[in-house]
Parts: sequence; structure tokens; C-alpha cells
Amino acid sequence: MIAPPMALLAELTHRCPLKCPYCSNPLALDRAADELDTDGWKRVLDQAAALGVLQVHFSGGEPMARRDLEALVAHARGLELYSNLITSGVTLTEARLAALVAAGLDHIQLSFQDVDVASAERIGGMKGAQARKLEAARLIRAADVALTVNFVVHRQNVANVGGMIALAAELGARRVEIAHTQYYGWGLANRDALLPSADQLQAATAAVEAARPVHAGRMAIDYVTPDYHATQPKPCMGGWAQRFINVSPAGRALPCHAAETIPDMDFPSVREHGLKDIWERSDAFTRFRGTAWMPSECQSCALKERDWGGCRCQALALAGDAAASDPVCSRSPHHGRVLAALAASDAPPPPLLYRASR
Amino acid sequence: MTPDSIPRFAPGVRFRFDKARDAWALLAPERLFQPDEQAAAILQLVDGARSIDAITDALAAQYDAPRDLIAGDVLAMLQDLADRGLLRS
Ligand code: SF4
Ligand code: SF4
Repeated sequence: MIAPPMALLAELTHRCPLKCPYCSNPLALDRAADELDTDGWKRVLDQAAALGVLQVHFSGGEPMARRDLEALVAHARGLELYSNLITSGVTLTEARLAALVAAGLDHIQLSFQDVDVASAERIGGMKGAQARKLEAARLIRAADVALTVNFVVHRQNVANVGGMIALAAELGARRVEIAHTQYYGWGLANRDALLPSADQLQAATAAVEAARPVHAGRMAIDYVTPDYHATQPKPCMGGWAQRFINVSPAGRALPCHAAETIPDMDFPSVREHGLKDIWERSDAFTRFRGTAWMPSECQSCALKERDWGGCRCQALALAGDAAASDPVCSRSPHHGRVLAALAASDAPPPPLLYRASR
Repeated sequence: MTPDSIPRFAPGVRFRFDKARDAWALLAPERLFQPDEQAAAILQLVDGARSIDAITDALAAQYDAPRDLIAGDVLAMLQDLADRGLLRS
């Protein structure tokens, strides 16, 4: 029997008022007119709950751009799904928050681009965003909703990690996430502008370790290290099609949100197929599940069920083959490409390429 | 936590039965715990009304176990979850 997924990532829309150059959305964004409608999403939630999903992450883009968000949260609650809202917070109002809480929302993850206002608004490409985010955090705490504050870090803001953690604590977050940029989608297009140097990484890691005892027992600090500086990859998504199922705004089911970059893979649409069928039988979900597909360096490796060969999208991006081992691994024949990218991280950064619609 | 504290789940934490896996699940922000049978039996009695003492009484009756023997375990387990931000009193 194939173990059912734990979580559904519901990417309700790719629309967003911000333009982060590391956005994990694909370069070709789904159009608003192509988005699943309310009933389509409710069907996805029904099928996810029946399949064994326990948590649903409403994300995007900016999921608040969907006017039916409250209805979808209420539907999730009715199915006993734990609901998490992943938002930039710039459009959150007291009334909207009250409606979401009444609908049964369990948790909010609020993202910030930096602690320094000018830097944050330059990275996010939106003037006035920081004040709105700070206000959103205040409203969330006043409503006693569990809050995680998230910072995506890269060479243009990584010097401020200490300040980021202090801000999260000041905002009353129960968790703060300091996540180094992942290099696919817009992040890959901006890699040379974002990849931190080894010295920057070391300083950031030291800042996180120094902050841990200060906040112990009050705020958890989750630190996501950058792939490129490692010699063993992360278990991307907890293993291909093992824990997560992602549904794109237009209704394509994906094993991870960057999977659409894999050119020869057909992603089944939830408009045509049931989630159970997709999870258990589709080529997209079965091809890289487990270890049978792995190249020889992984087959003979003791870590193959720990990292599952790393990220398929990163293998594609760096080795040109989604079925290769993740080139972050020092045993990959393509590891040299990661080292070459790292060598560029000491050069002055090129200008940021902002996320934009086609 | 003390024996007369009244534990309840913190905001953003939910405890429910997971039919697909035939087990209890403790759901928290970006985290998911699958408590063992003993922990699940304790957590099923956390309702924001019972004190830890009352929870211990109920368990002692339910499992026909000597109260003194389980009281320490119950308190320690609830304290551990409180330390991790999952329970409040
Ligand atoms: S990363 Fe930035 S641009 Fe992308 S969805 Fe999040 S807030 Fe919007
Ligand atoms: S060889 Fe494969 S399984 Fe082993 S560490 Fe590298 S990527 Fe992971």
C-alpha cells in the first residue's frame, strides 16, 4: 500500500501584490482566468481529507487575493483539516482576519522581506509593504492566532538575521523561520544576485545559534540552511510524493511546487482525475517515489532513504536531468556546477530580476 | 504545570483522530506528532475543564491502575508538551 500524503499545498492563486525575486512560483505564472473556482477547490479538499491529508496550507501567490478564502477555510474545518494560511499580510484587515478566524483558521505564516524597511521594500518591490505587514502581525496577535514569522534570506539581507529574529519575538511569534533561498523558479533566475558567500552563511548561522538560548521556551527558531554550501542534499519534500501533494492555481497536481519545470512529465489535472488516483497511479507521482529510479551513486549509498536523492528540480536545473542525483551531493558527477555557482558568490551581485506576469 | 493546573491546547494546536492511519494526531504549526497510545489516552482527557488531578483520576479508573504510579508520568508528559508550546494552563 502507498502511504497517503500528510499535507496538501493549495496554491490558490499566483496573483500577488509583491514581486519577490526569489518567489517559488514558476516563471510562467497561471492567469487569474485559469484558476480553479470555489467548488473546484472544495472538491480538492474533500478528496484530500478522504485520502488521509491532515493539514492544508493555503498559499499562492497571495491567497488573500481569493475572495472565497474564508469559504475554503470553513470547508477545510468542516473536514477536520488543520488549516494554515501563508500570506504576505499586505492586504490583511481586521474584518477579514475576524472572518478567517470564525471560519476556523488554525495558524498564520506571515512573511517579511527584511527588518530594514528600505531594504525590505526594495526586495519585495512594493512601497509601503512593511508598515502593512507590521500592522498585520499586530492584528494576528491581538486575535490570539498562532503566528509564524518567515524570512527568506539571501546575500542582500542575510546580514540582518539577528535583527529578524528579534523582530519576530517582538511581534509575538511562536515560531520564526529563517529560510535560505531555494534556487528554482525566480530564485534560480536570480541566483547570482541571491546566493550568499561562505562568510555570509557562517555569520548568519552564528546569529541563529546565538539567538536560540535567548528565545528558548518562548519562540521556536527554524533555520533552513542553503543547499549549495552543503555536500549532501536535503530530503526535498520529505521524498518525492511521500508526504505532500501540491495543487497549482489552475488545478494541476504536483509532487512539489517547482515540478512543472520538468519538461517530459505530464501533470494530471484535478479537473479530470481524483486525488487518490493521481497520488497512487499517475506517472508524475510514481516516477521518483522510493528508490528504484535512482542512479548508481545513490543506489549504493547508505543515505538513500534519508535524503531520497535530493531535489529532482535541482537535478534538472543543474544537471539537465531530473533523474540524476542532486548535484548538491559531493558524490554527484555534476557537483562541479554547484562549486562554480558558489565561486560567483564573491563577485558583485547583478541587478534583481523582479517576478512579473507573462 | 502542577497537579491542579487545568491544561488546554494552545492556539493553533489541534488533537484529532486520524481515520486513514487509525491513530491519534496532534497537529501544530508546521508540525505533526503521532502520540503513542499512552500519550493519546492522556490527551483525550485534555478538554480545558479537567485539572491534571482529575485527568489522573480518570486514567486510574479507566485502566484500573494505581493512581500514585501514573500521577508522575501524566504530569511529566503534560509538562513536556507545555514546554514545547503545545499546551497551556
Ligand atoms: S514570494 Fe513574494 S512575490 Fe512570491 S508569492 Fe510570496 S510575497 Fe508574493
Ligand atoms: S549519493 Fe544520492 S543518496 Fe547518497 S547522499 Fe548523494 S544524493 Fe543522497
